[in-house]
Amino acid sequence: MIHSLFLVNASGDIFLEKHWKSVVSRSVCDYFFEAQERATEPENVPPVISTPHHYLISVLRHRIYFVAVIQSEVPPLFVIEFLHRVVDTFQDYFGVCTEAAIKDNVVVVYELLEEMLDNGFPLATESNILKELIKPPTILRTMVNTITGSTNVGEQLPTGQLSVVPWRRTGVKYTNNEAYFDVVEEIDAIIDKSGSTITAEIQGVIDACVKLTGMPDLTLSFMNPRLLDDVSFHPCVRFKRWEAERILSFIPPDGNFRLLSYHVSSQNLVAIPVYVKHNITFREGSSQGRFDLTLGPKQTMGKAVESVLVSSQLPRGVLNASLNPSQGTYTFDPVTKLLTWDVGKINPQKLPSLKGTMSLQAGASKPDENPTINIQFKIQQMAISGLKVNRLDMYGEKYKPFKGIKYMTKAGKFQVRT
Amino acid sequence: PSIHPFSSAYPGPGRGGSSLSKDAQTSLSPDTSSSSSGGIFSSLRHDDLKEMLDSNKDSLKLEAMKRIVAMIARGKNASDLFPAVVKNVACKNIEVCNEYSFILCFLFYLLHFIIYFEQQDLALLSISTFQRGLKDPNQLIRASALRVLSSIRVTIIVPIMMLAIKEAASDMSPYVRKTAAHAIPKLYSLDPEQKDQLIEVIEKLLADKTTLVAGSVVMAFEEVCLERIDLIHKNYRKLCNLLIDVEEWGQVVIINMLTRYARTQFLNPNINKTFYGSDEDEDEDEEEKEKKAEVAAMAKRKPYVMDPDHRLLLRNTKPLLQSRNAAVVMAVAQLYFHLAPKAEVGVIAKALVRLLRSHSEVQYVVLQNVATMTIKRRGMFEPYLKSFYIRSTDPTQIKVLKLEVLTNLANETNISTILREFQTYIKSMDKDFVAQAIGRCATNIGEVRDTCLNGLVQLLSNRDELVVAESVVVIKKLLQMQPEKHSDIIKHMAKLTDNIQVPMARASILWLIGEYCEHVPKIAPDVLRKMAKSFTNEEDIVKLQIINLAAKLYLTNSKQTKLLTQYVLNLAKYDQNYDIRDRARFIRQLIVPTEKSGALSKYAKKLFLALKPAPVLESTFKDRDHFQLGSLSHLLNAKAGGYQELPDWPEAAPDPSVRNVEVKESVRAVGTVTYRDTGAPWALQGPQKLEGSSCPRSDSASGSEGSSSSEGSGSGSRSEETEEGSESEEKEEDKEEKDKKKKKKEFKKPVQESERWQTLLFVKLVNNALPPPSPQTIAPSSALKTYELLHRITGEGLSVEYCFSRQPFSPDANMVAVQMEFTNNTTSDTKNLHMEEVKLQSGMRVKEFPEIELLPAGETATAVMGIDFCDSTQAANFQLCTNTRKFFVSIQPPVGELMRPVFLTENEFKKEQGQLMGMNEITEKLTLGVKCRNEHAIVQRVTAAANLSRVPCGSDKECRFAGRTVTSGSLVLVTVATRDEGAAQLMVNCEKMVIGTMLVKDILLALTQ
Repeated sequence: MIHSLFLVNASGDIFLEKHWKSVVSRSVCDYFFEAQERATEPENVPPVISTPHHYLISVLRHRIYFVAVIQSEVPPLFVIEFLHRVVDTFQDYFGVCTEAAIKDNVVVVYELLEEMLDNGFPLATESNILKELIKPPTILRTMVNTITGSTNVGEQLPTGQLSVVPWRRTGVKYTNNEAYFDVVEEIDAIIDKSGSTITAEIQGVIDACVKLTGMPDLTLSFMNPRLLDDVSFHPCVRFKRWEAERILSFIPPDGNFRLLSYHVSSQNLVAIPVYVKHNITFREGSSQGRFDLTLGPKQTMGKAVESVLVSSQLPRGVLNASLNPSQGTYTFDPVTKLLTWDVGKINPQKLPSLKGTMSLQAGASKPDENPTINIQFKIQQMAISGLKVNRLDMYGEKYKPFKGIKYMTKAGKFQVRT
Repeated sequence: PSIHPFSSAYPGPGRGGSSLSKDAQTSLSPDTSSSSSGGIFSSLRHDDLKEMLDSNKDSLKLEAMKRIVAMIARGKNASDLFPAVVKNVACKNIEVCNEYSFILCFLFYLLHFIIYFEQQDLALLSISTFQRGLKDPNQLIRASALRVLSSIRVTIIVPIMMLAIKEAASDMSPYVRKTAAHAIPKLYSLDPEQKDQLIEVIEKLLADKTTLVAGSVVMAFEEVCLERIDLIHKNYRKLCNLLIDVEEWGQVVIINMLTRYARTQFLNPNINKTFYGSDEDEDEDEEEKEKKAEVAAMAKRKPYVMDPDHRLLLRNTKPLLQSRNAAVVMAVAQLYFHLAPKAEVGVIAKALVRLLRSHSEVQYVVLQNVATMTIKRRGMFEPYLKSFYIRSTDPTQIKVLKLEVLTNLANETNISTILREFQTYIKSMDKDFVAQAIGRCATNIGEVRDTCLNGLVQLLSNRDELVVAESVVVIKKLLQMQPEKHSDIIKHMAKLTDNIQVPMARASILWLIGEYCEHVPKIAPDVLRKMAKSFTNEEDIVKLQIINLAAKLYLTNSKQTKLLTQYVLNLAKYDQNYDIRDRARFIRQLIVPTEKSGALSKYAKKLFLALKPAPVLESTFKDRDHFQLGSLSHLLNAKAGGYQELPDWPEAAPDPSVRNVEVKESVRAVGTVTYRDTGAPWALQGPQKLEGSSCPRSDSASGSEGSSSSEGSGSGSRSEETEEGSESEEKEEDKEEKDKKKKKKEFKKPVQESERWQTLLFVKLVNNALPPPSPQTIAPSSALKTYELLHRITGEGLSVEYCFSRQPFSPDANMVAVQMEFTNNTTSDTKNLHMEEVKLQSGMRVKEFPEIELLPAGETATAVMGIDFCDSTQAANFQLCTNTRKFFVSIQPPVGELMRPVFLTENEFKKEQGQLMGMNEITEKLTLGVKCRNEHAIVQRVTAAANLSRVPCGSDKECRFAGRTVTSGSLVLVTVATRDEGAAQLMVNCEKMVIGTMLVKDILLALTQ
């Protein structure tokens, strides 16, 4: 399956390599670098590259390419999904997944990779299990070890792999038992020039942070489970219970995990919480363009729209923009032509606007493309789909846990065409 | 400079720390790796590490190992430390060091050397350590030892490896068995001659019941003995049933393997539909249709019925569409695409569309596959059209693929929406692909051809030359389909030759003008004139087309163009490119009549101006589905190394009975099925084994389920057991019971609904997995409970369970048959299993089971013994002996097992009951448990509690049961009369009052819970 793994940074240096079956020369990455050069943007490198003797499958995360070398037929998604899992694990262990973090923790990285793949086939990828086998580095531990001169020798060998519930370690103990659930929804939408919605869908996830003693068995029920017709679950969720009763019943992993993700498709009516009034024009013959943008809230159920950030890729012909925001700050990068406007919170009484002119290259004809406006925002305490958790019950343990639930709506890929 | 972290821990100041320079110390501190990466690794430093390795402290050794690993990571050569590592670490018992991290470091280090430097011989030094490690009590150490051992690639250790793998394959720990499965391909690649032996191991591991092993062993199977499909037969149903609980990566491998398996074993489910003419088959070519028709004709004679195993596979993979792992979803999607009846394939669309939200790499692969699917099954994705709309932030390769999908999805109804969408794309970036897409829409859908053409013509005035060029090429292809109508477009394009510089576009325009010169008689010569002027500066393909144009004009309009043509041909004669020179010479001979000109020149006009078939603009994804979807080969559209062709459906189904397994096996498989779904974490603790061959089918399943849960969970599980038992039988008889079921539903709580649902599914699984019931399995008995006679731990690896099989014990009719199952969990054989020193109450008798001479490691054996309990619940005590050990055990029967069912008519029952009044009658009022308020549940529970048979009864408020005690043959009559609100009355009539009282207690318990 996976023969070797190379980590390549943005400048095209291989800064880590790991081989499982035999050594594959670094030169195999030349094919990758070729593709990288050909691609105009970093994300345009094709994920699967065929070379005379190998296949390269790569993912790009945090500006690092994870390039896996394959020698024979394997489902490409298998490799891609695994590489993403590796990145997730690194992030989980080191907080960030950067070149520096990987280099600083190179021993742990190797240990992890060794444990995650055996002879190229995934062995243990469940974060809970891995954490039991390989302790994540913490500042405290490093300090303690430095002072006492010891490592963690003496701890018992973990037995997690044999746990009856493979995703949960045994013997978990907490003094404060708590279970928090975050319902986070992202709206993906394309709004056309006239302001009507072309497509809008909601991608939701329920992330959980469960710190409960022992082997709790939780059930989570919803007020309106009908909304969730397209879901994917963490392996801990009992699928049949869901099928029959629309109740999430599960023995949770310890710590943070994604319980489920769901998709409310474009067939359902999706409320769009912001609107944009725009007027971006270039006149033929003049080297000036007008830029006029106003944002406003709609269908927010009384909640404030916060952390609004507008970005737009202006046409290549634009030299500079001199704009005047009614609130927040804006920047324009004349090299990448990227305009960003950090709006902040939308005040319904005084709508934020950004007005001004753009200067074009003298003599150039007017650009025939109109920029697309990307918007990011957050709305606290609301799930835009209307999903509501009814109750959370715990079985199997005696104590009373502290339970909490939080809702949030965010913009996903929210685009307004002009 | 940071303080050296271990200076205090050094064995002596004079030996290590002080001999180092200050610089070296600084570079030793663990977290300065980035800063010290450029530092010099002197031999001094290695001495230091060696010293740390030599020390007695594990912590120092570990630290040394970690640093060595860090050195390797930075590309430093640490090979001279190898002997020291092997000497000091390997020779010490690795199990002494308790931190797994240590083992991993060591593992990494060794593998590194094995892989990088091929220091195989040195690695041999450490073999003894690993051999010891293989016997370690800790499973993780055993597994790690096997991992390293199997990575050493020296042929002399092949026998050792083989032995190790074989041992590990029967290890107690599933984790070790999993590692054994991983080691198989390693050994195979080292020495393919071991194949036969390895297949044996694979066969053994395939029979393994744990989900942890399943994925890895299928992986090994695929790499070693793909052709041995016969190994799968017996395990097919088990794999299907385990699938949902296998870890994600294993699921992908198993699903892919099963897809190919199903293609060889089942019939094409879509045959019949083709026969009746399916509208979706429009893209299929003639040949295929013919073939299908043939098969269909055959199928007509024998109507198609889907093999239940085929159905099982489809049903058990479907829930995995909701996996969080994209690879699993894709695997199921391809399975459905290749195996499911057309009507059912649609379910995968939603899941695939959901994946489009994932990382762009995932999107890329999914879109490739969707593109292929949309060609064959367009209808499936039509509702999700909008999910394929392009966003300006998508990477280029995603945009291209989305366009491809949108084009494939276009039909008469949605084309206007799609074209409008395309219009917006033209205004944004990456527009050159859009023209192609529009062209394809135009060719596919006749109605919109004009609209598309207009759109494309508008594109001709675009400022971006690439877009224009692309449009010209597409327009050329479109015009070729109906040139007469569009002479003004051709004229418009002729004008473009002045501006457009892209060679391909120029060539296309020239070809168009030449081909349709009759439609533009005035313009064509003029274009040739211009071209002749610039001939020498043109690209080669343009030059060729100029020659072509000249020749065609010469043939149609020689008066105006004769001189021009000759000029062009002369220029071409001296061109640098030999193709052009050749072409010029050829054309001159053909068109310019000379005295020598051959016979061909007469036909020149026919040759050049023949009607040419219009090109077909088709998707590059057409026919890609002959590769298994989701595979690398499909993505590359080329066969990747090691790709296995997806076999064609067989014309006649191979014998389905090969998948039949002994009941015992499948019952076990069912038992392990769903710790995830039944929610019972205890299910993994090993299902209770049953001798199923003598039990009726559904009962055996519910029995195993029930008893395993009761074993594991202690309190509160009994109700579940009986509940499930009742449900399962209900399924069996559900035709007659339908009405009652409805009634029952009304007062059931949702919780029970779910359990019922599970059980139904359960029973379905079992029904599928089991062969048809044998005739001797008569009705009245119900769930059989197993009891533990000897626990694995007290039995030192030997475990014994028993159940009351409720079969007549043939050697002595007065005895109760007790079925025992012996399992040898040790690694060595157990011999001479027999019983001794039977201690009994007076009157009791025992018929011993025949001695089991040999019980090999890991095997199970069953035996039946008979006990005459003398109608009492006293225990039978005896010793269970092996050749080495003796265990005291005892069997105590529940009262319900002391009877056997008799068949009575209603009248006989009433008559007998009339004679057993007074002291012999015990009546008890009770409130029925919520779960057993219908007749069916009552019957089920009573028959589970006691070995009685049901007596027909006129009233539906009463259930009657009858039996006789085994020894004395006294009648036992039971009546349960139900009232409103779950109230009921239980009446037991029995000569033997003690038995009667005990029976009342047991039945009460069964009914009230």
